Amino acid sequence: MTATETTHATPAGPSAVPAAALALGDDALVLSHRLGEWAGHAPVLEEEVALANIALDLLGQARVLLSMAGDEDELAFLREERSFRNLQLVEQPNGDFAHTIARQLYFSLYQHLLWTELAAGQGPFAPLAAKAVKETAYHVDHAVQWTVRLGDGTEESTRRMRAGLDALWKYTGEMFRPVEGVDVDGAALEQRWLAELDDVLSRARLDPPEGPRTGAWRAGAGREGLHTEPFGRMLAEMQHLHRSHPGASW
Amino acid sequence: MTQNWPLWEVFVRSRRGLSHTHAGSLHAPDAEMALRNARDLYTRRNEGVSIWVVPSAQITASSPDERDPFFAPSADKPYRHPTFYEIPEGVRHL
Repeated sequence: MTATETTHATPAGPSAVPAAALALGDDALVLSHRLGEWAGHAPVLEEEVALANIALDLLGQARVLLSMAGDEDELAFLREERSFRNLQLVEQPNGDFAHTIARQLYFSLYQHLLWTELAAGQGPFAPLAAKAVKETAYHVDHAVQWTVRLGDGTEESTRRMRAGLDALWKYTGEMFRPVEGVDVDGAALEQRWLAELDDVLSRARLDPPEGPRTGAWRAGAGREGLHTEPFGRMLAEMQHLHRSHPGASW
Repeated sequence: MTQNWPLWEVFVRSRRGLSHTHAGSLHAPDAEMALRNARDLYTRRNEGVSIWVVPSAQITASSPDERDPFFAPSADKPYRHPTFYEIPEGVRHL
């Protein structure tokens, strides 16, 4: 590290890195599991593969990040609900296909901005971000293509897309709360996110959702280990095999 | 739902210098989505650098009934094969 860099200390010391890796890793892990739930249930085979591909990209990111925080398997399979640091947005159930696409749109736009920012820096997440930014660009494209088609599609598809965007809107505020050890300007990220979202929604002929961007829980709750009710059931399913057969391997 | 989506033929070029090769087919609502589905279905193991998608309905195929008039006459014309000269060393993709 050069003298200049030491005087301009990043907002967090080295001890913040595992905690930050845990937060970002939990986002990727939990969303990966949610997308994986579509396997065998997607409306068409082609879309099932598309969602599984995105899930696998996220799982790859999660493995790198959780390994920066500790033992990846222990962290994924042996933690209790209150120890997870993911955003409440990513733990929300799939709902119908439009609901899943709304979740993808909100999160992928955010994650792409985040990885772009981190890839440009010199921090501990730069190497992962450089690879992940390409994966996430595709996730954004997938979500945008579907948002435009569903939003500007039939009466029913518009209604469902609208409902998905509205229902998840209150979880979007949390994405831009500062995370110690993640060296990005949340407010600037949020402005870009809103601008990009606005652009997509106008292409989809949809109005931006209204109302507060935080729910009954204050923003930042997921990052502090407070999760919504469906998350416990998701964790039970995700963890039961490992817990029933400790140490099992392929 | 699937019944309503048209069928597309997918052609993948595995690397520069080679031509696109038929990889398979898929269903998609439009060309843009067909391209993306093709990426997910046929290049997930790093098989490609370029993809074409073509509506299956746009392909005119020869019929098996016409096999003899179409293809048999070329069977006894060995002089059409490029086997009467040596290929210089170092020439690839032949």
